[in-house]
Amino acid sequence: MAYPTEYRYTKEHEWVNVAGNVATVGITDYAQHELGDVVFVESPKVGSSVTAGKTFGTVESVKAVSEIYAPASGEVVEANPELQSNPEKINTDPHGAAWLVKIKLSNPSELAGLMDAAEYEAYVAEKQKEASA
Amino acid sequence: MESATTSIGRELRKTALNSVHRRLGAKMVNFGGWDMPVEYPKTGGLVAEHKAVRGGVGVFDVSHMGDIRVRTGRAPGGALAAVQHISMNDAAKLAIGQAQYSAMLYPSGTFVDDVIVHRLGEDDYLLVINAGTREKDIAWVRENTRAFDCVVEELSDAYTQLAIQGPRAADVLQKLTDAPLAPVRNYWFTHGTVCGLANVLIARTGYTGEDGFEIYVPSDVATSEMVWNAVMEAGREFGILACGLGARNTLRLEAKMALYEHEISDSINVLEAGLERYAKFEKPEFIGRDALLAAKAAGITRTLVGLEMVERGIARDGYDCCAESGAAIGVITSGSPSPTLGRNIALAYVPSAMSSVGTEISVVVRGQLYKAKVVPTPFYKRARKTTSVPAD
Repeated sequence: MAYPTEYRYTKEHEWVNVAGNVATVGITDYAQHELGDVVFVESPKVGSSVTAGKTFGTVESVKAVSEIYAPASGEVVEANPELQSNPEKINTDPHGAAWLVKIKLSNPSELAGLMDAAEYEAYVAEKQKEASA
Repeated sequence: MESATTSIGRELRKTALNSVHRRLGAKMVNFGGWDMPVEYPKTGGLVAEHKAVRGGVGVFDVSHMGDIRVRTGRAPGGALAAVQHISMNDAAKLAIGQAQYSAMLYPSGTFVDDVIVHRLGEDDYLLVINAGTREKDIAWVRENTRAFDCVVEELSDAYTQLAIQGPRAADVLQKLTDAPLAPVRNYWFTHGTVCGLANVLIARTGYTGEDGFEIYVPSDVATSEMVWNAVMEAGREFGILACGLGARNTLRLEAKMALYEHEISDSINVLEAGLERYAKFEKPEFIGRDALLAAKAAGITRTLVGLEMVERGIARDGYDCCAESGAAIGVITSGSPSPTLGRNIALAYVPSAMSSVGTEISVVVRGQLYKAKVVPTPFYKRARKTTSVPAD
């Protein structure tokens, strides 16, 4: 699955799509693949504030629990309701319909250190090489 | 997820089918020092594998399991006496060609390991043991059979062990062997030609709660790959899937089969684990017997129970259980979403007073309490002709 070039990516395998001062956040195709069959998503409440680098939710597959880290600080303005009833959407459309939350950014400069698509692809390729070594 | 003791700085061990798993694109994990497939994402992954075994057929590479043969020494009877001493079930009840679930115990009545004891011949037994406890087990068997007139041989590396599991397992395997499988009952075994290999051990055993077979073939790569490929080919019409340790774990959990370092360990005794029916106190002696009889007389304080989550939240291995007050009362030994039931299930040790079906307890998930209730086990029981538990 291609990594959208307009997104930015974290080392914890989240993607961020910024429009104005709102960032939409999801987990990457690599992340969903590592997790396997997703069965449960715990998102932060709308209106709660999140801090860059701190966990703000979890995605669980049958065999694993994965913490989600906030890529930037701000206030949660929306959580994807679809994922409460159909968490498995994360496996089929991680970069699109299965976004997790939208965050109103309090400090957009925090996003400066994130990877672009090409950098993230190289980062993931390195991980895959380690895994198959 | 797994019981695995990691062996840092040591090369991971590989089964003869390692490159087959990698060619299939399996996700590999370190399981007890072994490089093993946890799931095969390209053919659907864990849930698809789980469902294949419940509804059709799946095949697992379980060559990491260990095998110890105990056979007669100078005079007949020595091997049986040795097996009777080191295992809690009654091996004297086995006919040739029959197997039984059993366990090797410490003098304290806790577990060295659980084992399947097969009676191969007149005074000849094969003990199939867990991967993570192989070295410990073989040392234990050698040490504790020294006084007996028997020969102990470790055969772990001689076999590639495949588990073909599911309601269509017999259909698949029958295409590959001349041995009639229908007469082989649950927890019995036979020998036959499989894929042209003479005298292969074919046991109607498994770790999935489903009908199925485990076969033991020579462990060289060429033979192992040939048999694996033949099984996959024979199973194609039934939708066979290669299955990894992930599905093996959810399948065995639904069937409430114990996993070492989870439901059983060196600090949990047979009574607590609910496995008393496999401990034969009418045998005059076995290691752990006296301690278990004393524990029986004294009564146990904790019991293994099945839990189902009532509130949203998934209990996982190692999570704490507590009373409504928040007081800690026990621990989850294995927990997972159940692919068959579509509910979140777990096994846990709780105070015996709180072990009756319907009791509400809470599970601590990331600092929050989620309600669960004690439910009957096994969580899943297959509809079938033969009995659902291995012969006592």
